Amino acid sequence: MKINLTVNGEPQEADVWAGESLLTTLRDSLGLPGSKNACEQGECGSCSVLLDGDLVCACLVLAAQADGHDVRTVEGLRGEDGLHRVQQAFVDAGAVQCGFCTPGLVVATAALLERVPNPSDDVIREELSGNLCRCTGYAKIFDAVRLAAAQ
Amino acid sequence: MSTTAEQQALLQRGRVGDRATRHDATPKVTGEFAYSSDLSAAGMLWGVTVRSPHAHARIVTLDVAEALAMAGVHAVLTHADVPGQKTYGLEFADQPVLAADVVRYYGEPVALVAAEEPEQARRAAAAVRVEYELLEPVVDMERATEQQPLHPDRPTMAHGYREDDRPNVVRHIVIRHGDPETEGEVAVSGVYDIGTQDQAFLGPESGLAVPDGEGGVDVYVATQWLHVDRDQVAPCLGLSPEMVRIHLAGVGGAFGGREDLSMQIHGAMLALHTKRPVKIVYNREESFFGHVHRHPARIWCEHRATRAGQLVNVRMRILLDGGAYASSSTAVTSNAACFALGPYKVANALIESTCVYTNNPPCGAMRGFGAVQTCFATEAQMDKLAAELGIDPVELRLLNALAPGDLLPTGQPIEGVLPVAEVIRRAAELPVPEPEPLPREAIRLPGGAGNTTRGEGVQRGVGFAVGFKNICYSEGFDDFTAARVLLRPDGSAEIHCAAAEVGQGVTDVILQVARTELDTDAVSLAGPGTASVDSAGSASASRMTWMAAGAVRDACRAALEERQRTKGDVDVERIYRHPRTTPLDPENGQITGERAHVSFAVAAMRVVAEVDVDLGLTRVVWIGTAQDVGKAINPLAVEGQIEGGTAQGLGLALMEEIRTRDGLITNASFTDYLIPTTLDMPPVTTVLIEDPEPGAPYGVKGVGEPPTVVSTAAVVSALRAATGRELARVPVRPDDIAGL
Repeated sequence: MKINLTVNGEPQEADVWAGESLLTTLRDSLGLPGSKNACEQGECGSCSVLLDGDLVCACLVLAAQADGHDVRTVEGLRGEDGLHRVQQAFVDAGAVQCGFCTPGLVVATAALLERVPNPSDDVIREELSGNLCRCTGYAKIFDAVRLAAAQ
Repeated sequence: MSTTAEQQALLQRGRVGDRATRHDATPKVTGEFAYSSDLSAAGMLWGVTVRSPHAHARIVTLDVAEALAMAGVHAVLTHADVPGQKTYGLEFADQPVLAADVVRYYGEPVALVAAEEPEQARRAAAAVRVEYELLEPVVDMERATEQQPLHPDRPTMAHGYREDDRPNVVRHIVIRHGDPETEGEVAVSGVYDIGTQDQAFLGPESGLAVPDGEGGVDVYVATQWLHVDRDQVAPCLGLSPEMVRIHLAGVGGAFGGREDLSMQIHGAMLALHTKRPVKIVYNREESFFGHVHRHPARIWCEHRATRAGQLVNVRMRILLDGGAYASSSTAVTSNAACFALGPYKVANALIESTCVYTNNPPCGAMRGFGAVQTCFATEAQMDKLAAELGIDPVELRLLNALAPGDLLPTGQPIEGVLPVAEVIRRAAELPVPEPEPLPREAIRLPGGAGNTTRGEGVQRGVGFAVGFKNICYSEGFDDFTAARVLLRPDGSAEIHCAAAEVGQGVTDVILQVARTELDTDAVSLAGPGTASVDSAGSASASRMTWMAAGAVRDACRAALEERQRTKGDVDVERIYRHPRTTPLDPENGQITGERAHVSFAVAAMRVVAEVDVDLGLTRVVWIGTAQDVGKAINPLAVEGQIEGGTAQGLGLALMEEIRTRDGLITNASFTDYLIPTTLDMPPVTTVLIEDPEPGAPYGVKGVGEPPTVVSTAAVVSALRAATGRELARVPVRPDDIAGL
């Protein structure tokens, strides 16, 4: 079936099958592999994207459900004048190791700071608990969130 | 704190010792960094692996006709289609490329499919008809040596190891040190169990194989050891090594789990057969079958000491379940034995370590490599001995701390730097946070947002542990790393080194060393591959920083010398080797030369935990650690390794275990196999002890493994302090704590 959606501000059309996830469409049809596929069950948050501004796991959204909606991925965070402040904070704080979780965490952090500009440590922990990272032990990710919030 | 663009650029051009940000951080935060699962090529097909649904069975018939006839399918390959050698393995070629007559573990590859679309490939894989005759699985490691042999030809025997005729023995080691019959004034004993841990890297096994049109193949893959991949792949394809080129694709974590092959041979077979590029990406369930795991273990210990607390004799028996194939089990068996006593001076010891084949999931390398299991057992014993003697656990450890000049149980003296007492003191003096008053937010209580307690039934404990292991490869392995430097007349340089960047930051180590040696920021690193430079060895054993730093340093210095003699481009390659080691004596486990191990690193850790004794739920409140790092090439990256390594050890202590029933994995998903989240990890205070290692480039030591070795033991020590229970098994389950 054909779907029409807006991705990172651009209108897009995709030919999808009924069981296809939004994540598969983004990665394999629309040339946006930044959202990662690590668990396919909504457990790890590596595929976090914004659907009409709400944080979702793209692996749990059918492509067909995104028909007529607005999607923002990690590729759409960067502005014309450089990295999004959350992206820059992840670089500066040393919050990236293998980086496979990073796109999802960057999107989730950006969504968090939109809603809660200055989150407490407890709020950061709770809000990011849907994003698994296997490399960092999260300490430098917390540093990055605090750094981005302070800017 | 904000950084200007100028400061940022400087940070990204760090030299040795600088707290530099990663050169690959920007493409990773924007989503542009290409992982192995992100690759594509024109005309690409998708490959899918047909896997055994049984842990042990005979293949009676294998029929691919129906699958081959399906729409979009280009190839269905079986054992009969393997062009060259039919088996492969990291050290012993005991694993079939595709199962021939027998499957030995749940998920073992049986056939391969390539099709136009991934869904077509999946459906065709489901249409491959395999008739199995079930065989009794060997699943109990204690009974394995009395059951039918899974590998009657005994592939790991006759390699200079101790002879052992029992069925299913992968390796058996005995270390006899001093007089193992020596009595002490007090003795404590225990039996400890360690569950099977998964590396659970987030980027699943994946890669792209591209035929070159001349009979050869290029494989772009997430791996830890490019050249040894090539040396295993080429013979199975019936090709010369030059016709197989392995290129490092973006790696989404490794932790030992990518040291063995996954899709490399399979993808290449499909690509050569179809003459099309073939991409294979495992899903999460398949990833649990796609790599080796940390060995589950049972460890019997008896520690004998004087009443004053001095260890006089330690007797340990270690049993490791290697699963269906050898992988690196022989080395894990040895490591478990050699570091079993912990960083303590013990005059007399008898250590026996055995690894067996079973039909459980294959095990091999995982961060800590045998030392994690024995550290958990030994540190539990130290806590038990301290309680028996009424001595403070930290004091007991200080009293027995190993120091340079002391002998390891292998008879090898500690040379160089090993600040055991210092890391113990520095970790022990870290201030422990005060107990938080009640009432408090649920998220700051065991059970967290589950809101399971308001503080009733919550008890607090402070634990302590020390762990150590070897740095670099051991026991006579001829280990080396190559680096090549192209120096241009304008002073800029391009470095070639096949060291695998798996997230640990070795590419920044290489760049920082090259910038330092060449005294220029105009340094770039070529994409790692087997075609342009000799082997770098494996990104494992906490060796890669040491070895890559040595090789790049030497190649840069040689290039500068060459520069004096020529005006044009300089192109030099240098091989770096660490001091040679020799094997252990197979009879008594003693060194046969100056050393069996190159170097050692030690970490101490203090942990505060709270437990809800009504429900058995835990909350780790705080972790403080001091680690011997030699010299930190990049302190920011070193802290990251320590924090991340600590999280993996905490995972094994509290939640991580692959569960099996008759060899079948029952929790192959992130819904059922839990790893620590942001809510599980407490703040970690890290103290780096920088005392340069003589003989190591810049004095470095590897830093990735010690935090994982020590943290499982340290977390359980805190739970023990909170509950008064022995807690002799990890992961600790709520049932083990509840109902005090």
